[in-house]
Amino acid sequence: MLTIKNLHASVEDKPILKGLDLEVKAGEVHAIMGPNGSGKSTLSYVLAGKDDYEVTEGSVTLEGEDLLALEPDERAAKGLFLAFQYPLEIPGVATMTFLKTALNAQLRARGEAELPTPAFMKLVREKADSLGISTEMLKRGLNVGFSGGEKKRNEILQMALLEPKLCVLDETDSGLDIDALKVVSEGVNALRAKNRGFIVITHYQRLLDHITPDVVHVMAQGRIVRTGGPELAHELEAQGYAAYVADAAA
Amino acid sequence: MPAVQETVARVRAIDVDQYKYGFVTEIESDRAEKGLSEDTVRFISMKKGEPDWMLDWRLEAYRRWRTMTEPTWARVDYPAIDYDDLYYYSAPKGTKSGPQTLADVDPELLRTYEKLGIPLQEQEILAGVEQRRVAVDAVFDSVSVATTFKEELAKAGVIFCPISEAIREHPELVRKYLGSVVPTSDNFFATLNSAVFSDGSFVYVPKGVRCPMELSTYFRINEKNTGQFERTLIIADEGSYVSYLEGCTAPMRDENQLHAAVVELVALDDAEIKYSTVQNWYPGDSEGRGGIYNFVTKRGDCRGRNSKISWTQVETGSAITWKYPSCILRGDNSRGEFYSIAISNGRQQVDSGTKMIHLGKNTTSKIISKGISAGYSNNTYRGLVSAHRRASNARNFTNCDSLLIGNHCGAHTVPYLEAKTSTAVFEHEATTSKISEDQMFYCQQRGLSEEEAVALIVNGFVKDVLQQLPMEFAVEAQKLISISLEGSVG
Ligand SMILES: Nc1ncnc2c1ncn2[C@@H]1O[C@H](COP(=O)(O)OP(=O)(O)OP(=O)(O)O)[C@@H](O)[C@H]1O
Ligand SMILES: [Mg+2]
Repeated sequence: MLTIKNLHASVEDKPILKGLDLEVKAGEVHAIMGPNGSGKSTLSYVLAGKDDYEVTEGSVTLEGEDLLALEPDERAAKGLFLAFQYPLEIPGVATMTFLKTALNAQLRARGEAELPTPAFMKLVREKADSLGISTEMLKRGLNVGFSGGEKKRNEILQMALLEPKLCVLDETDSGLDIDALKVVSEGVNALRAKNRGFIVITHYQRLLDHITPDVVHVMAQGRIVRTGGPELAHELEAQGYAAYVADAAA
Repeated sequence: MPAVQETVARVRAIDVDQYKYGFVTEIESDRAEKGLSEDTVRFISMKKGEPDWMLDWRLEAYRRWRTMTEPTWARVDYPAIDYDDLYYYSAPKGTKSGPQTLADVDPELLRTYEKLGIPLQEQEILAGVEQRRVAVDAVFDSVSVATTFKEELAKAGVIFCPISEAIREHPELVRKYLGSVVPTSDNFFATLNSAVFSDGSFVYVPKGVRCPMELSTYFRINEKNTGQFERTLIIADEGSYVSYLEGCTAPMRDENQLHAAVVELVALDDAEIKYSTVQNWYPGDSEGRGGIYNFVTKRGDCRGRNSKISWTQVETGSAITWKYPSCILRGDNSRGEFYSIAISNGRQQVDSGTKMIHLGKNTTSKIISKGISAGYSNNTYRGLVSAHRRASNARNFTNCDSLLIGNHCGAHTVPYLEAKTSTAVFEHEATTSKISEDQMFYCQQRGLSEEEAVALIVNGFVKDVLQQLPMEFAVEAQKLISISLEGSVG
């Protein structure tokens, strides 16, 4: 579904991704782990098409289509979703309004009919309930005054509503208490499906205890340096990244 | 917010580089000689069939104006205006001054208002079941061409007519109140207006009457090189209530057009006036050619106890805006409010704000100002809050936020606070923010286009003020906001 080949990308002329290869098949969950500054968030931004992240070499395709040729909103409509490491605040725009605007924008871009308001409200309430997001929160300005954990849950709510094909979760577990971690993981697991792929970026095994990955990658200095099964995460938890940092530098 | 999507859809539907109201109406007109002299003033007064007292009033203003100089303290920059190179009176041919019915109106004019989306056809409006009814007075260049729903308003005792008609038909009211809030000597532009004002609306709501519908005036400048100087006077007698809406547009022209209006509001004991404006004069092109110079004096006098005046404005047009709708809180317990959205894009220059002058006891005022600057524009909020010695327990709350889009625009806040009583409590909050690239990216990642993202963020920013507008106006205002921010990203 997602194929990344020899991806090189720079920020402000500084090379960050240096020849990254990755293949995510429909139905798979891939975890990416790696030391701070290794380029994990950069990868997620490059996939989503953020300005200032310049691809200098390589290719990315989503279901065979050249993702890099598309604008960020077109990528979203194609089914790419990024749960941000640091979700943004938009004062004065109720969360509910934002959700509706986003969903309708994507439906329109795909040439599908917009959802009538009552059906939309019902859908949001259901999904919000299961994530422990109150109606009162949906009325507040988007992420304004939300706690760190609430913001992360709100990201999952958006993901659940938009039903993307490829979900990239950037440290969605950071800042979550134990109960919230469970709620969020259940939210993600509920979305696992044959036709949907996941890239889960995390530093901690505890998330992977809830969301069992099919594949685990280690990223260091802008490259995938090792790939394995779920057991790799346990190994990293025990041994750290020292070996990879040295390897990649060599 | 369906309105946001509707907004964007509407923006897409029209050619966005095109100022929507920029067409010129081909119509013959009757004009005064170019330039300004006592003769011009006499000509206007004669055309309007005015009584002597009105002519004298104008002439006194004219003579005073000759001794005055144009103010320069505002943060706006424009080439000197040649007041002798303007026409001060222009009327579509065939409009006699005096009362008339819609049937008398030139069909070309009616088509103009139709294009502008302004309903002048009473029948159609009456037929529309759920549509809220709005009585409209339409002013085209220098004259009022049609006032709708007059009879129905008359049943309630409300007078709503062109001010030229009020001068003839209701001289006792006009003489009592005209110039009582904005004296002829007030300022350069107000004095000029007093000498040459041609038309505008007059409203009188009698004691204890709640005006049965929204009143509205649409102003349209059509003629080339023509100044528009309208004069509006609204009087809410004891215990009455009225909501008044004002809208403005002008054709696209390369040269600048002058607009110098005066609006006076008087609220007596327990009366309330709600005055809303959506100002969309032609702002000039992206290089700053053409556009309206808008120098307006708007002031409300809360003359009676427990009276209330609120100004709500959405300012998106004009090359230059110089405008400070103010409240004089004279009556004890009176209340003044000012809600403003001022948007500048391209080369527009806005210097706008308010004055809240607390004279009576226990008077309160509230100011919510949202300035949005984009392109190469400059946007200044200028606000005065003062409390007189006798104004014990005066309270003001001011919230003044600026939002910047892009790196070439400017936002400035100039507050003046003067409290001569120790019991006054003034609170002032101000913020300046920018639409961040991260916010934009976040919205786009969720599927919004750049334009939709800006519209959404800006609509969030101005929400508190939009809520103050009557429903139909809020929707209109939202559309305007998106249209005027076209091309502000990228
Ligand atoms: N805008 C920028 N300008 C300059 N350098 C940047 C910029 N953004 C990221 N970098 C650099 O790119 C490198 C990779 O950063 P990135 O955020 O992708 O790391 P990460 O793997 O997500 O780290 P963490 O685990 O701490 O989240 C870092 O060295 C960072 O300083
Ligand atoms: Mg990161």
